Amino acid sequence: MDVALAKAWLDTAADAIAAQADQLTTLDAAIGDSDHGVNMNRGFGAVRTALAGAAPGGVGAVFTLAGSTLVSKVGGASGPLYGSALRALGKSLPEGPEVDAAAFGAGLRAGLDALRKLGGAAPGDKTIVDAYLPAVDAYDAALRQHGGDGDGGLAAAARAAAQAAAEGMRATVPLQARKGRASYLGERSIGHQDPGATSTWLIFQALADAAAP
Amino acid sequence: MKKFINHPDAVVREALVGLAAAHPDLRVDLEQQIVVSADAPRAGKVGLISGGGSGHEPMHAGFVGLGMLDAACPGEVFTSPVPDQILAAAKAVDGGAGVVHIVKNYTGDVMNFQMAAELSGDEGIEVQSVLVDDDVAVEDSTWTAGRRGTGATMLVEKIAGARAEEGADAATVAALGTRVNEASASFAIALSPCTTPAAGRPGFELGEDEMEVGVGIHGEPGRRREKLRPAREIATMTLEAILAAKPVAAGEDAIVLMNGLGATPLIELYLLYGEFAGLLESAGVRIARCLVGNYVTSLDMAGMSLTVCRADPELLRLWDAPVRTPALRWGV
Repeated sequence: MDVALAKAWLDTAADAIAAQADQLTTLDAAIGDSDHGVNMNRGFGAVRTALAGAAPGGVGAVFTLAGSTLVSKVGGASGPLYGSALRALGKSLPEGPEVDAAAFGAGLRAGLDALRKLGGAAPGDKTIVDAYLPAVDAYDAALRQHGGDGDGGLAAAARAAAQAAAEGMRATVPLQARKGRASYLGERSIGHQDPGATSTWLIFQALADAAAP
Repeated sequence: MKKFINHPDAVVREALVGLAAAHPDLRVDLEQQIVVSADAPRAGKVGLISGGGSGHEPMHAGFVGLGMLDAACPGEVFTSPVPDQILAAAKAVDGGAGVVHIVKNYTGDVMNFQMAAELSGDEGIEVQSVLVDDDVAVEDSTWTAGRRGTGATMLVEKIAGARAEEGADAATVAALGTRVNEASASFAIALSPCTTPAAGRPGFELGEDEMEVGVGIHGEPGRRREKLRPAREIATMTLEAILAAKPVAAGEDAIVLMNGLGATPLIELYLLYGEFAGLLESAGVRIARCLVGNYVTSLDMAGMSLTVCRADPELLRLWDAPVRTPALRWGV
């Protein structure tokens, strides 16, 4: 993972979120307040602008800047949650223009830890965590299985992460929400896919797409 | 969607332009997206800051002024403000005595105000917080994000604002705000969904003969859907839910807020208030003070919320204290 790939990932994620913004908002309308697509699109658009105007020298700095931008521009719960995750990822990485796939994986997990500390959600609460946690587990498993040398290792691990995120996202449908605004609906939240888990899948899919050889 | 707007993305900003034009005694900072009382900061006075998603007008910017808030931080529609805004508000109103955050209990609001409190602390500004969670339609359990902050927010802002005006320190003001929240319960019912400018379509569909019971103030669906019933039966059900959660004994005083959610005409709010007043009188509860109107709204949602706050002489004295804001003004 180098600076170019880090930026390409966030750019690809911004494209995917822009393309799916209406879909995210529709999911949020069912069990929330109809703004997830709008907020994510505003936030990742701002990340794109921030990265275009800055020239971070290290991979970590790219993610720290992206995270700070999300915290400053988005509001709601998704801004602090995704922003804190990206900041923690950025801060956990060793300095330099390139990090290996194992360090990046550890960074993804540091991001998950920061997000869980802030949001307090456990697996099964019908949140971002239900896509993010299986994604980092799958990433680590793929690295262990195939080795992490070169971009080939990262690409395979990212593919596994995206697939696990998709499965985690779909598995939120039958869950009853216990965190966030959907929790106010009680049993009425059952049967709807979680918007946060969906945007998390988009972000991991963007990583797989950007890292694909 | 039919709305008086130019572009969905510009609604919050352009409404602030209008707010500034209408109320020269407010300082509206479009860059930081904050609304500040013209005479802030006042040396030695605790600064009261609230904020939240836009779409609940007149809350919160309409409550900035003498005897109430020193600053409001409006976020995007139904989206909490960001930490930078809240920090900018703290710097604008801190007169050396610190600030009090009045935060409605939503996941995003709590996170952003918490982050802002840490940033303000780094700048040497003392921050105390009041968390408002008065909506008894939501069960307060480990299985939800907890009860929502709704109508009682206005009561907390009025009463805590009056205490800050008297010169109390930040911890005292915050403790009083918490006491008002604990004494208050709210319950809301919607007759129609609302439409955010960005989404362009209603958050849910509701049949001609249906009502959404236990609804929040963000266009999210309520706890359950029922057939519409006469106002008297709706009032009875609403008050039962409130008094079951936060009882007010016969002979005790109450402050009552009969609140419209945006698209319900006053004639219906007064009709409902008549029902509530009769029911409370039957229960022996004395309505010491009341307000009827649109104070904590949910865009163009048709619906109402009732807030009942069990009051004592201190709360009533502070409620009666002078207030001069765009939406609430008496005694001045």
